[in-house]
Amino acid sequence: MNQFALEITDLKKTYDNDVVALKGINLTVQEGDFFALLGPNGAGKSSTIGIIASLVTKTAGKVRIFNIDTDENFPEAKRLLGVVSQEINFNNFEKVIDIVTTQAGFYGIPLKEAMEKTEITLKRLGLWEKRNDQARILSGGFKRRLMIAKALIHEPKLLILDEPTAGVDIELRREMWDFLKEINENGTTIILTTHYLEEAEQLCKNIAIIDHGELIENTSMKDLLRRLDVQGFLLDIDQSLDNPPSIDNFQISLEDSNTLNVAIKKDQSINQLFDQLSVQGINVSSMRNESNRLEEMFIEMVKKN
Amino acid sequence: MSRKNEILISLITLIRKEIKRYLRIWIQTLVPPAVTMSLYFVIFGSLIGPRIGSMDGLDYIQFMIPGLIMMSVITNSYANVVSSFYSVKFQKSIEELLVSPMPNWAILVGFVMGGVTRGILIGCIVFCVSLFFYPTFSIVNPMLTILVLLLTSILFSLMGFINAIFADSFDDISIIPTFVLTPLIYLGGVFYSINILPDIWRNISMANPMLYVVNTFREGMLGVSDVSIPFALSMILLFIAILSVACLLLLNKGVGTRQ
Repeated sequence: MNQFALEITDLKKTYDNDVVALKGINLTVQEGDFFALLGPNGAGKSSTIGIIASLVTKTAGKVRIFNIDTDENFPEAKRLLGVVSQEINFNNFEKVIDIVTTQAGFYGIPLKEAMEKTEITLKRLGLWEKRNDQARILSGGFKRRLMIAKALIHEPKLLILDEPTAGVDIELRREMWDFLKEINENGTTIILTTHYLEEAEQLCKNIAIIDHGELIENTSMKDLLRRLDVQGFLLDIDQSLDNPPSIDNFQISLEDSNTLNVAIKKDQSINQLFDQLSVQGINVSSMRNESNRLEEMFIEMVKKN
Repeated sequence: MSRKNEILISLITLIRKEIKRYLRIWIQTLVPPAVTMSLYFVIFGSLIGPRIGSMDGLDYIQFMIPGLIMMSVITNSYANVVSSFYSVKFQKSIEELLVSPMPNWAILVGFVMGGVTRGILIGCIVFCVSLFFYPTFSIVNPMLTILVLLLTSILFSLMGFINAIFADSFDDISIIPTFVLTPLIYLGGVFYSINILPDIWRNISMANPMLYVVNTFREGMLGVSDVSIPFALSMILLFIAILSVACLLLLNKGVGTRQ
């Protein structure tokens, strides 16, 4: 039976300015999981990650990484943990190769071995050609890759990524997704925070949503998506309308004169809608999701909370 | 690999990184002290010095050499650690250290060693520069000289570390060197012996910690001093111990480093 990669018990954090960031979080992440930790800005995601990574001091609670209590043996726990922070956290004036080799040294890896590991890691992340460049001249995307290279250099069993694809173009984001999927399939447990809910939906098996310092949801991605009752669709129509058409059992509104916004329940057939529109002489030229499915649910949950 | 070896490797990595940092910007770190001290030697040593005559029975330029070396060591050890540690805080690259299994004492030793190596290197550079102006200079007590050089650079590196921990802006890392260190150094017997001062100023000068550092070093280099050497060495060691404990407590509590 798999053990827990991460166990958080009654984790609390109050900052010096009396801001209560965490009100007693309980969370477990199974070994091998690809786990999404979501929440709006200021919800407590970065505080949680900061405490796990020892960048933030906790007010109360317990954190165990692969069954190692961080209060009892943090160095051992840190050896199993890799962290990709939200903000760039390397010296921009150092060379790429030096940044990664030095990080390996901080984990006690001898220089020769560190050089070998650095070469492998930089090649994996497509950074080897840029190894002698100063970090400051790298593009935003390559800086993100460098952050990941640093976090992976000591081959952690648990990798935490705090918004790793923020500000990264779509192509690179997809490349990073493939890379993260690959290392997860090879056994690394991954915890991801992101604002791109599509990213969480694509990558993660399990999900927790945090808001106002409390966990408001902790379930599997499948279960969460199963709960979606209504999906919104935008239908582009050939003609201009002043009022939305009236069709029994369907909620329809006008997005603009050429676009219908339709809410379709899980048990409703979209064919029925098309038939009814056709009867009224309305031709649909194209159709798209109103927004990401998970986004709708996320907004609803946060609003409720 | 044993935990001890692992810590040793991480410590060596940090020291190497710190040394590479100041060597990479050598034009900002190593050249200015050599230029400034050359000017001191030209103006105060060669031009004004002969008019002053002797100080404590020595040529004025000869008397000045240990003081100027010490001044460079103090300011550079302090400046290295305060700027380096504040920079890693400012750039957030301190997270590279905090997420690693390195113990806090190794982080402290790594940064202090950066300051110590730079302080000693600058001391050697200034000594070499002084030989252009006073080629016959010979060191009376090399062991004491090296010991004081080492202890002084440790002491002021630790002070720089504490300054950096509390610093919230670049202004904060220049206030102490400008308004505290520099006046104390200038009034600490670098350019004169306190024996030439009136009694009241001599007594006030005895409260200046720089006086003990400069005079102990002068005792090592020239064999003359205005203070008791055992007392001065004890005080330096005591302050190193106090500051080391303070630095470790601050790091363990996460003051200035962890939120």
